[in-house]
Amino acid sequence: MIRWMLPALLGALLAGCGDPRGHAHAVYVLVDTSGTYAQEAAKAQVIVNYLLGTLQPGDSLALARVESRSFSEKDIIAKATFDKRPSQANAQKRAFRDTTSGFLGGVKGSRHTDITGGLLQGAEFLNETGAGTKTLIVFSDMQEELDKVTVRDFPINLKNIRVVAVNVVKLKTDNIDPRRYFGRLEAWQKRVEGAGAAEWRVINDLERLDSIFRTTDRS
Amino acid sequence: MTTSLSWMIWPENPALSALVLALVAMAFLYAARRPVHELLAALGGLVGAPLRVAARWLVSTAAEMKSRNKAVLLAHARVEAESRIEREFERLAAMVRRDLQGYPTLQRKLLDEITRIEEDYRKCGEVPPPPPDWVEAVTAMANVRTGGGEMVQKILGEIKSSIDSIHDRALKEYRRSYESRHRILEGFMPFWRSVDRNLAEVNKKLADLQESAAAVDAQMAKYEGIVARTDKAEHALTVSAFTQFAIAFLVMAVAAGGAFINFKLIALPMSEMVGAGDYLTSSLRTSEVAALVIIFVEASMGLFLMEALRITHLFPRIATLSERMRRRMMWIALALLVTLAGVEAALALMRDVLIADKQALLQSLAAAPQAAATDGWVGRIPTAGQMLLGFILPFALAFVAIPLESLIHSTRTVGGVLLAALVGALALALRLASSIARRMARVLITLYDVVIVLPLLVEHLARKGFNLRRGTVHVDDSAWRRS
Repeated sequence: MIRWMLPALLGALLAGCGDPRGHAHAVYVLVDTSGTYAQEAAKAQVIVNYLLGTLQPGDSLALARVESRSFSEKDIIAKATFDKRPSQANAQKRAFRDTTSGFLGGVKGSRHTDITGGLLQGAEFLNETGAGTKTLIVFSDMQEELDKVTVRDFPINLKNIRVVAVNVVKLKTDNIDPRRYFGRLEAWQKRVEGAGAAEWRVINDLERLDSIFRTTDRS
Repeated sequence: MTTSLSWMIWPENPALSALVLALVAMAFLYAARRPVHELLAALGGLVGAPLRVAARWLVSTAAEMKSRNKAVLLAHARVEAESRIEREFERLAAMVRRDLQGYPTLQRKLLDEITRIEEDYRKCGEVPPPPPDWVEAVTAMANVRTGGGEMVQKILGEIKSSIDSIHDRALKEYRRSYESRHRILEGFMPFWRSVDRNLAEVNKKLADLQESAAAVDAQMAKYEGIVARTDKAEHALTVSAFTQFAIAFLVMAVAAGGAFINFKLIALPMSEMVGAGDYLTSSLRTSEVAALVIIFVEASMGLFLMEALRITHLFPRIATLSERMRRRMMWIALALLVTLAGVEAALALMRDVLIADKQALLQSLAAAPQAAATDGWVGRIPTAGQMLLGFILPFALAFVAIPLESLIHSTRTVGGVLLAALVGALALALRLASSIARRMARVLITLYDVVIVLPLLVEHLARKGFNLRRGTVHVDDSAWRRS
């Protein structure tokens, strides 16, 4: 019995030691600060608070804004990889909340909306964390508006990243023709899944944030 | 349609075609009867024989296992009975030393008291002195007739007064004598009581001794049964092993519950020490493994403590240690256990602090205001309870060693008996399968003969006619079937 138990235990130990971040969760929150949607930014604090209460020691969290051009580290407002000790992690969470609440309280609207750039920046951050589960939350109306100089019409890579669009509000034009809204969401889904994303999900009810971490059963 | 009718000799008459084909087939089957019979019998043997061999092997294995189980059970029980009898004798010797070493003194005391009582009794038996002889003379004089003489009356009066005074004196003397005897009798009482007490004590001690001797007798009777390897002793030991197994299993289950509570108590704070985000396997956190390790170490220390105290005997090496080393080991195990209990109490406190911190964070994150936490001594009760539980549980777990030993010892017997029963059941199943295979072959042979019943009937009639011609008649119907 010991003959097979010992190698099994060693194997399990080695397997576990070989992938220390395999069980970690990394979340990147993109907050749209463009145009009229900037008024919604304060609601993003609800998501941040939910994430701070849900994420475990060893997980990573970052909050970034979506501006006219968002593919930049400067747009990351706060980021943290929580300490493995719960007490330290709690202290980090408090500091993170203070930083983000300060930012979200006084958001100034930008002229254009570069969601793709934010996604690219988020994917880069998430891949660097090496976490086992990577989630990119987009707090936006998903209406991308680029200036003439910015180039974003190329294939992006979101492999193994779950993309969750939250609080996708309807625009005035959507109310006139709802097909525009559904078409916009469908287009994003197509683009995200085409980029290799593990999952695409839309959550408009901020009371149902628990489904952010609930993976879709594809079986 | 053409293919379905191709077997017909006369397509326009299927019944006739079928009849002719059946007769032809019957003729062929009759011709092949003997080889087919032999084939079916051989097939039955082919399947049945190996099963029978396997069943026999299993039966012999089961018997061997039973014999080994019995040998192991009796050997173990013999050692245990020897040690029990040894302990009973030690207890008896200690009792005899303690209770009966003062017996000569007690006996002397009793004899002295009895002698004194006898002497006193003898004294009590002394009769007071009889009235003097002159009483008779006085009686004679009293019968003298006075005749009215003044002189005589005076003399008699004098005599009367003298006698009265003498009588009073004698009566007083008699009373004093009785009083002294009563005093002697009164003096008896303490001696009687002492004798009674001493005899009661002796009686009690002898009863205790008798009881212990009866226990030794019972153990000896059991031991004799074990040495004689009787079935009764084996049965009793097996039943006892099953009972022990059930009890030990139950206690171990309760202990497992305690260990689970202990684990829950220290798993969270262990994450503060070894980190909460590290995993050993896909679902096993390092902190949980660390908590489990601590619990196992505590159980091990408890085991060593029980071994050092000679309560359990799982490790022969510890049992054969010198007294000094054993004591050292006992103190080391106890010290480690106390240390670990202290660590657990501290971890329980840390758990409470971590939970409170997490709660405070969640409250600060929540939009709605939360209810204020209970302050004061009431709020500290759960913390104190957790700490106390954390300190006590390691010591409670230490006692797991006792049921563990029982479980290990009884598992050998229980497992052996169950395994032997399983092998026996398997042997029976194989035997049944073998029998079914053989019977099935016979059934098939009979079915074959049923199919070719017409040729067989013809053969039977032909054989009968032939025998009649030869002058011998065989009436046995089954003979033609077997031919």
